[in-house]
Amino acid sequence: MPDTPRIEFRNVTKRFANHRQGGHVVAVEGVSLSIADGEIVSLIGPSGCGKSTLLNMGSGLDPVSSGEVHVDGELVTKPNRHVAFMLQKDLLLPWRTIIENVEFGQEIQGLSRRERRQRALDLLGKCHLTDFIDHYPHQLSGGMRQRAALARTLAVDPTVLLMDEPFSALDAQTKMVLQQDLGRTLAETGKTALFITHDLVEAIALSDRILVMSQRPGRIIEEIEVDIEDRDNPMKRRQHPKVATYVVRLMQLLQIEQAAA
Amino acid sequence: MSAATSAVLQPGLRNKALLSALLFIAFLAAWQWGPGMFGIPQFIIPSASEVWREFLRMLGHDRLLYHTAITAMQVGVGFVLGVALGIVCGFALGMSPSAEFVLSPYILALQIAPKVAFAPLFIIWFGYTVYPKILVCILIVFFPVMINVLGAVRALDPDIVRLARAFTANRFQVFWKIEFPAAMPSLFAGLRIAATLAVIGVLVGELVGGNTGLGYLLTVAEGAGETAKVFVTIILLTVIGIALYSLVVAMEARVLHYLPARARLAT
Repeated sequence: MPDTPRIEFRNVTKRFANHRQGGHVVAVEGVSLSIADGEIVSLIGPSGCGKSTLLNMGSGLDPVSSGEVHVDGELVTKPNRHVAFMLQKDLLLPWRTIIENVEFGQEIQGLSRRERRQRALDLLGKCHLTDFIDHYPHQLSGGMRQRAALARTLAVDPTVLLMDEPFSALDAQTKMVLQQDLGRTLAETGKTALFITHDLVEAIALSDRILVMSQRPGRIIEEIEVDIEDRDNPMKRRQHPKVATYVVRLMQLLQIEQAAA
Repeated sequence: MSAATSAVLQPGLRNKALLSALLFIAFLAAWQWGPGMFGIPQFIIPSASEVWREFLRMLGHDRLLYHTAITAMQVGVGFVLGVALGIVCGFALGMSPSAEFVLSPYILALQIAPKVAFAPLFIIWFGYTVYPKILVCILIVFFPVMINVLGAVRALDPDIVRLARAFTANRFQVFWKIEFPAAMPSLFAGLRIAATLAVIGVLVGELVGGNTGLGYLLTVAEGAGETAKVFVTIILLTVIGIALYSLVVAMEARVLHYLPARARLAT
């Protein structure tokens, strides 16, 4: 099914009951988007615009109020094996070693011990963590922990990765290194990803397309194709002269200057 | 720990052990000769050697080992049952906020009620058997364990559970792979408290009624004004408590080995 989108939101709306004032809050309204196989799409927008809500619905953890989410052509109603998510917090389990943490998802999905160990070792090698497989999370730096979290996400072999500001807690240099790792890994494995970020340059460096959302209730107000070569090399991409043009465009759309005035 | 750091640590550790041994000897010496120096008679504070002689005498005449074993058995059984009950209730209430809401006034009342006051009641119900003692022990051990487990389940980061669910974990997997191991540090904090309380529970039961156990020997000694005997029983009760506590600490060191050293208590 080459033209079936990997993940598709069809006119999705999410309302939350507002217990204090009664009635409800509309977090996301009428969002439609579709991501093709192997594509990386960033979602950018003001705080509280419902970006994370979209991800939660995409992973099947929260139900939609109306509309439909499809992953690999299947309607999403509950968590499923096509999707894996990664958050700003690494969520590594402190009582498990790094390799046991990477195996966590596969273990839940019932893979055999040998299979999951092999896969975890491969991924930890790609993430430059081979020397730390038997360490506990508290013995690793923030960047290494987030690398381990990425390995855990990839270990279940999802077709779609949903990432919610995965690098926002890292320092600027570590962040660039991990973006590079992610860009390369996603290109090598041909995974599809929906990537939430507040970092404009990060969005430009990593993605094929950027979707800009409005203030709550979140709607998609603009779609920008990032026309810069070398998508597998974010480090090189972020030095490209076109980046500045895209940043200016995003700043206008997000009304950042007005907010500062 | 690397070889280099342990080499640095070792001499310091040896000095501390030496200091600790010296302090113990000083304590024994003060006990042996201190009261005499201030003219305190033996029937108020018997000397260390007198208590040792009384200990040896009780071994022969008062079936001291038998009574100690009875008390230790009750402490062990009461502790295990109380802990098991505390763990089950802690997890059950932790997972069901509505059950906790409904039951919280009763839990609070039972927690505030002085558990030792139940000893006479249990003796009315079960007579001068081991059961009232074990029951008081269960009751007193139960709360610190339950409260700690309940708190740990509540304090768990919901995003960890969501992560597991996103990996298609079912309810049992969430419990077994997340909630249960996550509650271990708090559980052991509760077990440390429970270990110190377990002896109190059994002792109060024995003091109130019965003709076995160290508590019984204590009442007999008190009636006869035999201070040295009282000292011996107090020391043995303490030894039982220390044994249980050390067991908890040893288990904790095995189970919580993953915690950074600074987050673990040495004793």
